Parts: sequence; structure tokens; C-alpha cells
Amino acid sequence: MGLNELTIREASEKLEKGEITSVELTKACLARIKEVDKKIKACLKVCGKEALKEAKEADERRKARKVLRASKRPSEPESSLLGIPYLCKMNIMTKGIETNAASKILEGYIAPFDAAVVKKLKNAGAVLLGKTNMDEFAHGASTENSAYGTTHNPWDLTMVPGGSSGGSAAAVAADMCIFALGTDTGGSIRQPASFCGVVGLKPTYGRASRFGLIAMTSSTDVPGSVTKTIEDTEIVLRIMEGVDKNDSTTVDAPAVKPHPNPLLSKEREQKLNGLKIGLPKEYFISGITKGVTEAINKAIEKFKELGAEFIDVSLPHTKYGIPVYYIITPSEVSSNLARHDGIRYGFSEKDSKNLMEVYTKSRGKGFGSEVKRRIMLGTYALSAGYYDAYYLQAQKVRTKIKEEMDEALEKVDCLLTPSSPHTAFKIGEQSDDPLKMYLEDIFVTGASLAGLPAISVPCGFDDGLPVGMQLIGKRFDEEMLFRVGHNYEKATEWHKKKPVL
Amino acid sequence: MLSKQDIKHIAKLARLELTDAEIIKYGSQLSDVLSYVEQLREVNVDGVEPTAQVTGLEDILREDVIEDWDKIEREDSLRQAPELEDGQIKVKRVLN
Repeated sequence: MGLNELTIREASEKLEKGEITSVELTKACLARIKEVDKKIKACLKVCGKEALKEAKEADERRKARKVLRASKRPSEPESSLLGIPYLCKMNIMTKGIETNAASKILEGYIAPFDAAVVKKLKNAGAVLLGKTNMDEFAHGASTENSAYGTTHNPWDLTMVPGGSSGGSAAAVAADMCIFALGTDTGGSIRQPASFCGVVGLKPTYGRASRFGLIAMTSSTDVPGSVTKTIEDTEIVLRIMEGVDKNDSTTVDAPAVKPHPNPLLSKEREQKLNGLKIGLPKEYFISGITKGVTEAINKAIEKFKELGAEFIDVSLPHTKYGIPVYYIITPSEVSSNLARHDGIRYGFSEKDSKNLMEVYTKSRGKGFGSEVKRRIMLGTYALSAGYYDAYYLQAQKVRTKIKEEMDEALEKVDCLLTPSSPHTAFKIGEQSDDPLKMYLEDIFVTGASLAGLPAISVPCGFDDGLPVGMQLIGKRFDEEMLFRVGHNYEKATEWHKKKPVL
Repeated sequence: MLSKQDIKHIAKLARLELTDAEIIKYGSQLSDVLSYVEQLREVNVDGVEPTAQVTGLEDILREDVIEDWDKIEREDSLRQAPELEDGQIKVKRVLN
């Protein structure tokens, strides 16, 4: 087994025992990227030289810490991410390393600062290996909207990895890194995690800072992680979370408790006796493939064995999730993407007569097809005479969706749904039909609109392709998702399955 | 159904130069999406407040003070602009 296949927990233990170094671990990941990324195309940028430098520093930090500890002097706190190599989605700012959101309009853009979450990972000693592919500006569910080519699903190279964080999900599934960062606005971490057979968390809105994320839909954007296990998800969230003065929507919520807490660990191992899991009937509809239905039903049986009780709940406004999302998202997109105007950064059309032409030509040529479509849709929805009918109505229906999800979660500890109605689809199969692509998000927009934490967990295969189930929790109660997910993981082997490349 | 004129008007508001082919394509695609979202009208929202945020936040105020920006960061930021002159970003004329 290559070092690149390790989980964060395993790698961290080996590093601490001195069995491996971060340099060795980083080299193993870089070698894996070199070996398989020609086929998968998950990475848009690999920064090997910088990564090895960071790995060397992490090794030195660990050595210094051991010396301090031996002399019984106070040392820096434990960090489970010290020396752990990761990949970061292309829409998260990394100082000195290109951040282009997979768009031509930001080609060559070098951020002058790190995103808050990247800075936190850097302080914790994590090693940045490179940047991953995505749908341009995170607009999509397949990575086919990337201006730099499509990423391929490691389980079947003719299939999409999902999106928009498809590069991050494919890279973790193919063991190119120990974990990856993504962003989730309406399913962009959970859906690709389910297509690639890895764990993907969208934290509660407000749990982790959005500072330094290239804004898409500010009212639902969140940074999150793609990992190999639930335990690893928790480790990354504990580093990422917290109030940030640069993001006034971050909330001072109780921190996720550290895992090496004996009490908590014991609770985790207590199976799931007495826990109530809700099954929203509107998420179990016709249109879900037989293979997905079977995998989810088996997962439900497994949870029953572990002691959980299932309760039928109803979320009647679920069907309005997609229409609400595709009014609110384009509206916020049209506003957020106004900054890409060819003046301060990014692509600027030289052949322009005046300022207006700089705007229209730079944006017309720099943005891809789906991005322009969303800007147009949002501009229309917000324009005079249509605002009340579209945007305001969508915001009101959003209230209904949020309220009924909150009410359902008062009766149960979490909700369980499929992450997607089907497994990964063929590259090119639905890229000509924007509306069909929007419907991909059917099971994942609800938690985004309500700002709830949600995680996709591998729960089986259909015809060789991974199936994911989604657990949705109460606001700021990621711990329940970890407890439920961790017990499921301990009782199953799905997360250990690897694609053959 | 959005007309060609409608699409041109929206593109102008959005500061996007579109090709003729794009105008035709977006005309039909936006109409499809808009007719799909029409179903939102059937929801009774009498007395329902719109949701713009979900965590019960209130406005946070701070003093309006100038904070110095790191010199290197400022230079790195300016370097991203297409054209610079005397440490300032040069833009095209506003009027013809």
C-alpha cells in the first residue's frame, strides 16, 4: 500500500511515531498525481516544489515539538494536519499559486492572500499539493463546464466525476492526496463525493469562513472537505471552523469537539441505540434508479441493526428546491460576477474603444457558456418589473423550505436521503441541456437553501459505480452526522473500496 | 418566450457582448428555465417573510478606520491589472 492511500488519521499517527516523514508522504502523493492524473485530469495546477518545501518545514516543526515535549516545556498544540498533503479547489485563494476558478477570465490570476480556510490549514502545517478542476465558477454538476477540460471519474473514465468540486472528489478517490478542499453552494461537494465514492461534507452555513472563496451565491456558499473517512472529515472541520472578522456571516457556535476525547469516542462507539433518523418521503420518488434505491435500502437496514429508529417525515416543498435555487443562485451570481470586468485583474480585451467595450468584450469573451447563461438569468430575475415575481417569490418559498426542514429536524436527530437519484453519468450525455443538468441537484439544494450541515457517505455500488447517501443535520450539529456516519463506516467496508486505475 | 430584443436588453444590463448564435441559444434556454420556475407561483406565500440569510444574523458595525495594507500584498494586487501607470490602474476613456 502506497503512503498516498493513507487517511489523515493513519498518516498522522505514522508521522508522530516517526515511521514516515511528511516529505515521503508528499512525494508519494506527487508520484501518484504524475502516474494517474494524465487519465483523470483532476489537477489544474501541481506545485511540487512548494509542496516539498512545506513538507520539509512540517517535518522540522514536528521535530522541534518533540524536543520541547521531551524537555517538558510547553509546545504548540497537537495538530492532526501537520505534514498532511492536500489538494485545494481552484476557486479558493492560495497566495502565490494560481486561482482561476476554472475560467478563462481569471487565467493566470495570482491571489495576493490566502483564503481564511487555507491560512488555517497552513498554520496547522498542512501541505498544499496543487489546485483541482471544477465547473467554471462552480456553475455545474459534472466539471464539464471547466474552461480547462473535463475531469474523469476514477471508477470509469468515460463518466463524469460530478461537480462542481469534481476534481477534488476524483483526486481523493484516486489517492492523489490525503484529503481535498471544495466548496458547496447547492451540492457541489456532496454530489461529486457520491459519484466518486468518498466522503463529502457541506458544513453549516456560518461554520467556516468564506473569506477568500471566489463568490458565487453568497447566501449558500460554504467551504468544505472531501476525505476518505468520516473521522478525517471531522479533523479537517475542526481546523477550518470558527468566526472570522473578514466574514461577518460566520457564527460563534460551539466548536466541534475534538475526537481524541475519550467520552465522546465512547459515545461514538455506543452504536446508534435510541437515535431517530427521518426519511423524507419526497426524497424517495420515482426516477431514482433501482441500484441507488437498493443501496439506500441496505444502508437503512444496517442502521436498524445498529439500533437506529426510522421515522417517516414529509417535506412537501422539496420539489420547489430546484426552482428556488435556480432563481436565487443566478441572481447572486449576476451580482457577484459583476466584479470581473477586465479592469483590475483577469482577462481584459485590448481591442476596446472605450470603457463600456472593455466591460462587454472582456466579459463576453472571458466567461464560458454556463456562466453567461446564469448571469443573464439572474440579471433578468432582478430587473425592474420582474423582481417581485421571481427573486422575492423565490426568497419566500426559500423560507417555507427552511422552516419545514427545521420542523422535521425537531422530531428526529438527522435526515437520510440519497445524495443523487443515480450514479455518475456519461461525459457529454447531458451537457447540451442546461435544465436537465440543473435537475441533478434535486436532493442537495434543500440543505443549502436552509443552511444545514449535510454529508455524503459511500453506501454501495451500482454496476461498478459508487452510490452515496446524504445525512442532513440540525444547524451547527455536525457532530450528529459524524456520530451516525462513523458508526455506519465501522459496520461497513464501502469506504475502503478503491478504483482500479 | 423571450424575444431577441429581450435577450439583447438583458445582455446590455449584464455588460455582456453576445454573438448572434448566443442570442438565439440563450433566448430558448432562458425561456425553458423561466417556464420551469413558473411553478413557484403556485406556492401560497401570504404573510411569509423572504429569506436572505439563515443563521439569524444581525448587522455588525465597526469603526470606519483606515487600515494599512501590507505593501507587498498591495503591489501583488496591482500587478494583476492589465495596465498600470505610476502605481495606478489605467483604464479606457469613458466617453468616445
